[in-house]
Amino acid sequence: MWTPAPANIRAAPLNPDRQVNWLPSAGLPQLQARAQLFQQIRDFFRDRQVLEVDTPLLCSAGVTDPAIEPLTVIGGLSVPATRYLQTSPEYAMKRLLAAGSGPIYQLGKAFRDGEAGRRHNPEFTMLEWYRPGFDHHQLMAEVAALMQHCLGRDEWRKVSYRELFQQTLDIDPFTAGVSQLRDCARSRIEVEFDSDDADLWLDLLMSHIIEPGLSGLCFVYDYPATQAALAQLRETEDAVVAERFELYIDGVELANGYHELGDARELQQRFERDNARRVANRQSPRPLDERFLAAMVAGMPACSGVALGVDRLLSIATGEADIRKLMPLAWDNC
Amino acid sequence: MANYSTNEFRSGLKVMLDGDPCSILDNEFVKPGKGQAFNRVKLRNLKSGRVWERTFKSGESLEGADVMDRSMEYLYNDGEFWHFMEPDTFEQFQADEKAVADAKQWLKEQDVCEVTLYNGAPLSVAPPNFVELEIVETDPGLKGDTAGGGNKPATLSTGAVVKVPLFLSQGEVVRVDTRTGEYQGRAAKS
Repeated sequence: MWTPAPANIRAAPLNPDRQVNWLPSAGLPQLQARAQLFQQIRDFFRDRQVLEVDTPLLCSAGVTDPAIEPLTVIGGLSVPATRYLQTSPEYAMKRLLAAGSGPIYQLGKAFRDGEAGRRHNPEFTMLEWYRPGFDHHQLMAEVAALMQHCLGRDEWRKVSYRELFQQTLDIDPFTAGVSQLRDCARSRIEVEFDSDDADLWLDLLMSHIIEPGLSGLCFVYDYPATQAALAQLRETEDAVVAERFELYIDGVELANGYHELGDARELQQRFERDNARRVANRQSPRPLDERFLAAMVAGMPACSGVALGVDRLLSIATGEADIRKLMPLAWDNC
Repeated sequence: MANYSTNEFRSGLKVMLDGDPCSILDNEFVKPGKGQAFNRVKLRNLKSGRVWERTFKSGESLEGADVMDRSMEYLYNDGEFWHFMEPDTFEQFQADEKAVADAKQWLKEQDVCEVTLYNGAPLSVAPPNFVELEIVETDPGLKGDTAGGGNKPATLSTGAVVKVPLFLSQGEVVRVDTRTGEYQGRAAKS
């Protein structure tokens, strides 16, 4: 029973003329669609006996990836040293896997500094899950099943990163030099910068030319080794590929997954390489997550894992292209 | 001028690009989950009016452009320049033919226009959305033909030629939408 406050504590507002828009960013139908999607996701994993976990958002280590900046918290009695709002629950979940959790998923918030736009909000909702015993192709099939469950769309296709560049741009991303990639990009896009980094040109071509043309549900897999992040590498006849995949739906990047690398020594080398690149880019290096590395030394079961942007999934489900209009209170409104 | 970083790019912000003042129309943040962040920016070159689409690495910056929109009263044309006055300060500005461009056919003394100043000099002029101008030349009016759908060209006092209904005659004042160049009706008698 709702009881109104006694009249004597209903003081006049501090500023009765205040003209601030306090209204939510999303309408009620959008909030209902959001709640329904959360329910569908939880149903899907319950039926498959995947355990829901909720790991901490504020941890003492952050990612080393030079392309991802965490937000930091530096004050407070409980925070003697800088803590990082997690950009994904990856390290924490992998510690649970190493401890023998079995298959797990997490549906929760993640934070990335400087990422704001129609498809980005610095605080967003991420679904991440891990499947011991799966390789990245088995996990792609499960991602497709989840899309069928949530969107009712059961048509999907797979194409390797290499084939995709060959088909769309007539260029081999594994052998093309920087100048060839630069020329290819500059013939299609007016760019205001230059770079000797092949991956930057590949990212530009992928995000500006290839991605917008990927219709339907499309998995892209086997990335260049330089874009492995935390995926295992595999030697093929003429190249080393990273066992990584991405899902695109109607031209929107939705999920990123790996056949996970569990080798502690190689992980540490990748983190140190990331930090060297961060220093070269004049970004501050990140402390390594020693507990995570110790867990990898103890041994994580062979597994694949994937992270999926839930706000974007809702965007596809509802047809609203701006994810900020699907959030209770978007970044500029809280 | 201050520098603006890509994350400060907002619609309407004026920046310098390739030596020309530009107005930002749209700024889209594009970033692969694991990769370089870019900003895809649409800008209008305020000198040429052309729209450019350029991609920047996120975090890069552009110099702000000294561009301001001011409401000014149109005074007169001296044959070479069009003269405007800021009503509060009485400060006068002269705009050349390039700056007034298409606006010149709508400029009537004492009308208030939007003058865009670049480094303190008029760069472009936007006439009021609606102007009331006298017909100085047209075929004789067909009295009583107020229902017919036909129209005829009429030359207005500023030189603009617009299509008006057949019943209008020389000396009448008409209201015109300057954005489309379309006749809106007879001006209300003042």
